[in-house]
Amino acid sequence: MGHAPPVNKTDVEGENIQPMTATPEKEPHIIVKDLTMAYGDFVVMRDLTFTINRGDVFIIMGGSGCGKSTMMTILIGLKSPAKGQVFYGDEDFWGLDDDARDVIIRRAGVMYQSGALWSSMTLAENVSLPLETYTELTPAQIDEVVRLKMALVGLGGFEEFYPSEISGGMQKRAGIARAMALDPEILFFDEPSAGLDPVSARRLDDLIIELSESLRTTMVVVTHELASIFTIGTNSVFLDASKRTMTATGNPSELLAETKDPTLRLFLTRGEQS
Amino acid sequence: MARPAELQLDQPSPETLTVSLTGPWKLGKDIPSTDEVASKVDSLGRLQRIEVNGEQVTQWDSGLLIFLASLKKIAAEKKIALVNVGLPEGARRLLELAAAVPEKKDARKAEEKKTFLLHLGDETVDFFQSCGDLLEFVGETAVAFVKMLSGRAQFRRADLGLILESCSGQALPIVALISFLVGMILAFIGMIQLALFGAQIFVADLVGIAMVRLMAAIMTGIVMAGRTGGAFAAQLGTMQVNQEIDALKTLGISPMEYLVLPRMLGLALMMPLLALYANVMGVLGGAVVAIGNPDINMTQYYLQTVKAVGLWDLGIGLFSSVVFGVIVALSGCMRGMQCGRSASAVGDAATSAVVTAIVGIIVSTAIITIITSVLGI
Ligand SMILES: Nc1ncnc2c1ncn2[C@@H]1O[C@H](COP(=O)(O)OP(=O)(O)OP(=O)(O)O)[C@@H](O)[C@H]1O
Ligand SMILES: [Mg+2]
Repeated sequence: MGHAPPVNKTDVEGENIQPMTATPEKEPHIIVKDLTMAYGDFVVMRDLTFTINRGDVFIIMGGSGCGKSTMMTILIGLKSPAKGQVFYGDEDFWGLDDDARDVIIRRAGVMYQSGALWSSMTLAENVSLPLETYTELTPAQIDEVVRLKMALVGLGGFEEFYPSEISGGMQKRAGIARAMALDPEILFFDEPSAGLDPVSARRLDDLIIELSESLRTTMVVVTHELASIFTIGTNSVFLDASKRTMTATGNPSELLAETKDPTLRLFLTRGEQS
Repeated sequence: MARPAELQLDQPSPETLTVSLTGPWKLGKDIPSTDEVASKVDSLGRLQRIEVNGEQVTQWDSGLLIFLASLKKIAAEKKIALVNVGLPEGARRLLELAAAVPEKKDARKAEEKKTFLLHLGDETVDFFQSCGDLLEFVGETAVAFVKMLSGRAQFRRADLGLILESCSGQALPIVALISFLVGMILAFIGMIQLALFGAQIFVADLVGIAMVRLMAAIMTGIVMAGRTGGAFAAQLGTMQVNQEIDALKTLGISPMEYLVLPRMLGLALMMPLLALYANVMGVLGGAVVAIGNPDINMTQYYLQTVKAVGLWDLGIGLFSSVVFGVIVALSGCMRGMQCGRSASAVGDAATSAVVTAIVGIIVSTAIITIITSVLGI
């Protein structure tokens, strides 16, 4: 997954990061086809069709309660769709048996909306559990990886703390460190920057951009933060709660420039233009 | 994979060490460690630069990053300049990001070694503290109870209903099973001994008095400690974890009245009824064993039981069951309210609620037994 030749990027110090333009070659990573999600008889969203390309920072956006977290649970195999398909590469994710699905999802890292850290383990143990389970690294190597990941989310030095001993925003970041533990091909983030201060949120955006550019990790990010959406997003889907379906997909900046849909326009401008 | 990750050290000039990396530097692919570099640096006295050349790296991930991070640490320790020659741009920037927030040195927790005496002291202080907490909790509950008697306590009647249901009807099957079996066991043991004297009929006295006066209350107490006391602790503990109890407090609603009181009331009201039921089941269990003996029939057993068991026995049994109900509810609620803020703390709370309740039940049984025997009732 690492591509050695440095990616050309004008800014060096992490200032002025521009929305990335089209990725070199577009290779579909996840394809969602005609998807309907429902809880029992209650249909949350229907007719969803979009493609997430490898190396994309894909934003799932929409108002609160429109079904973004539900969409994520379907993409990561926790809840089956009422109708439609999800393809990872060319494999029909929900058509596979449980074991095959596990194999696919093991290559993904997930950060949950509430952090979902294991409360009986220290942060270091939280991050190292996936490494201990799925790699043959020595304890010393695992320790180094843990320290690197914790430093990447700005939590260096907090390895020995328990989740109940750190703040909500720190729990979120620790959740991100755990999601990144195995250098996954895909990272799912459910509202990563909610509850973070602006500087940490910005650093998180930088991290997301770096991972997607240098390791070509595909990022699927649920977020409401407009600043983030335009900074990191290379592609997106907009779920409209009132219509119960998606109304747009594409690069967020382009969507803002081109859309005629008043709901989407309202969303992308914080309701300032009608 | 054609070639593994390799590390090559050169020394173009006395002050400079070149570290060249080749191949795929990915985690778990047996990537070289920095030990080799470290020992080389140690052996070369007057080194001033380490140049890292990563142009030949074909693929990389965190494996490369941890190697570079540890190289950086070595260089910093020896005050040697670390120069980057053609490292992957992304790797360089990720390392920068990792270094952007300096490690919180003071955050690391000091693992202090405790001596035995220190431990003993801490435990003693803890013990008195927890006795104080217990008294405080009992006091607060009493205050809430008095408030309820004057009709000013805030709690939802619907909650009380649910709690009454869960500590009565839903507990019946298990209480029935346990007390029936205990009655049978008592009868079995009694029969063997009494048969030596040909006094088998007195097994009715044995089972009747033991069940009514003591065993029914204790057995229901223990069953309810495991079943309901643990559940109370887990419920309140989870509410503590989710800050639900904080939310009640900030609304000005006392958790003691809103959560603890209905649970206490529910158990204290239902325990005597359960104990009564357990009495019947225990005596029945004894009867089943006894009438297996050809010399005893049901009528005899019944008459003997009625003759043996007095009203005092029943009164003491029911009184004990109320006490046990209060103990089980108190320990469940107290451990739940004291719960820490994590899932494992909820587990601990449930465990210690059950332990506290059972210890409390046994201790109070001893006290009640001593008092009644001194009074001669
Ligand atoms: N377990 C569930 N059972 C039934 N309905 C549910 C369940 N979870 C969510 N829902 C419903 O599904 C809808 C979408 O919920 P979801 O959590 O996906 O929203 P969301 O877009 O993530 O919102 P937010 O931005 O607030 O996190 C909501 O209307 C919610 O009522
Ligand atoms: Mg959500």
